Amino acid sequence: MIIQNVIRFIAALLLQGLIFNQIGIGAYLFPMFYVYYILMLPFETKGWVLLITSFLLGLGVDFFSNSLGLHSTASLCMAFFRPGVIRLLTVGKDYETLVYPSIKKFGFSWFFSYTVILVIIHHTIFFILEVFSFYEIRQIIFRILISSIATIFLIFMTQLLFLKREKH
Amino acid sequence: MQNLFAFIWKNSFYFLFVLLLVLSVVLMARNNYYHRTVMINTTNEITGGILLVTSNFSDYMKLKRTNRELAEENAKLISQTKELFLDASTKAIPSPDSNVLIPQYEFIAAKVISNSVNRRNNYIKLDKGRFQGIMPNMAVISPAGIVGHIVEVSNHFSSVMSVLNRNSRISAKHKTSNHVGSLLWDGIDYRFGKLVDLPSHVKIFQGDTIVTSGYSHLYPEGVIIGTVQEAILESGASFYNVTVSFSTDFNRLSYVYVVNNLFYNELDSLQQLQPQNEPLR
Repeated sequence: MIIQNVIRFIAALLLQGLIFNQIGIGAYLFPMFYVYYILMLPFETKGWVLLITSFLLGLGVDFFSNSLGLHSTASLCMAFFRPGVIRLLTVGKDYETLVYPSIKKFGFSWFFSYTVILVIIHHTIFFILEVFSFYEIRQIIFRILISSIATIFLIFMTQLLFLKREKH
Repeated sequence: MQNLFAFIWKNSFYFLFVLLLVLSVVLMARNNYYHRTVMINTTNEITGGILLVTSNFSDYMKLKRTNRELAEENAKLISQTKELFLDASTKAIPSPDSNVLIPQYEFIAAKVISNSVNRRNNYIKLDKGRFQGIMPNMAVISPAGIVGHIVEVSNHFSSVMSVLNRNSRISAKHKTSNHVGSLLWDGIDYRFGKLVDLPSHVKIFQGDTIVTSGYSHLYPEGVIIGTVQEAILESGASFYNVTVSFSTDFNRLSYVYVVNNLFYNELDSLQQLQPQNEPLR
């Protein structure tokens, strides 16, 4: 379980740094796929592990993209809100027996809301800090919307890719 | 005291969050400075190394070598161009045969190993660093036009602040009238920049060439920036709002030249003696 997450951490960092950082389609599209790691951590992950690894992952991506502090702040905030979002979405339901979030176990709508809320939190913080100017508020909103859609699409594709393997 | 520790322990999640948040905000604030710490430079070396390996994967071996040779040859040729020499003749009225020309600029060919155009603040990484003679504040140009300037160097790699950056401000001039303005990027489209502070009495037409003014000591004079796409003069405004179409295709950079102004220190120390203004880059 731990090894799986370590691999996911490294894979997320390298995929983001070497592939998604280099994609330049349009002015606003910037998929930040590495947040997949934060979404996929097991529910029982200790709070400090969640915060510190998310911070380090963000910092790693920052080193690749010369944006020191941006990705780390956004991922840290996303990690901070994760337990609250999970509590909010699982109110009155019994998911005690399940280990980590996935489409297969929770159904499409649960996983969709979970991903959308956290990705939007992350992207909003990231783009507000990156642009850091309220004169460009329309651009910020465009960037958040288009990039979030791309990130969420990639996360669902990855989920579907690994869906088959979970059956065995 | 014990109660305090118990309180902190109980709410460790929140305390840790605040602690890390402060840390990352400090990092973000530091990132705005030009000179950064040693720690960040060594990491630049690590990520630079990884980026270089992947960049090499995408090249054919032979093609890569040919490209580099050509780029280096070009760099040599450019530094021999007559316009880029400083006239160092000591006579007030130089006679034609007594001109003493010393090269003012040196060109170092470098390969782009990482680049982006869709961020608000774009940076480029090059495969040459301090050991190849690259220093901060050197200009970077491509065969087609301007690219940016060096902000950070490690031993083998360097970071370039692209023109596509909020902090980039380049002293530019309208080639036909010689009037000077500042070139900025508004963060929307990587193909277009904004030229501001160009006075309204200048006659400006679509397709006019915009070049660097050379006033910043960083870029040589007359390096092409792009052409005028449209010039808007709002009623009552005393300055144009000019959209410039960049001549450099930032999305397809592969080889660039780092420009070393051999007189940069001399010009810079002269500027230090004057009252401080916001430096143009």
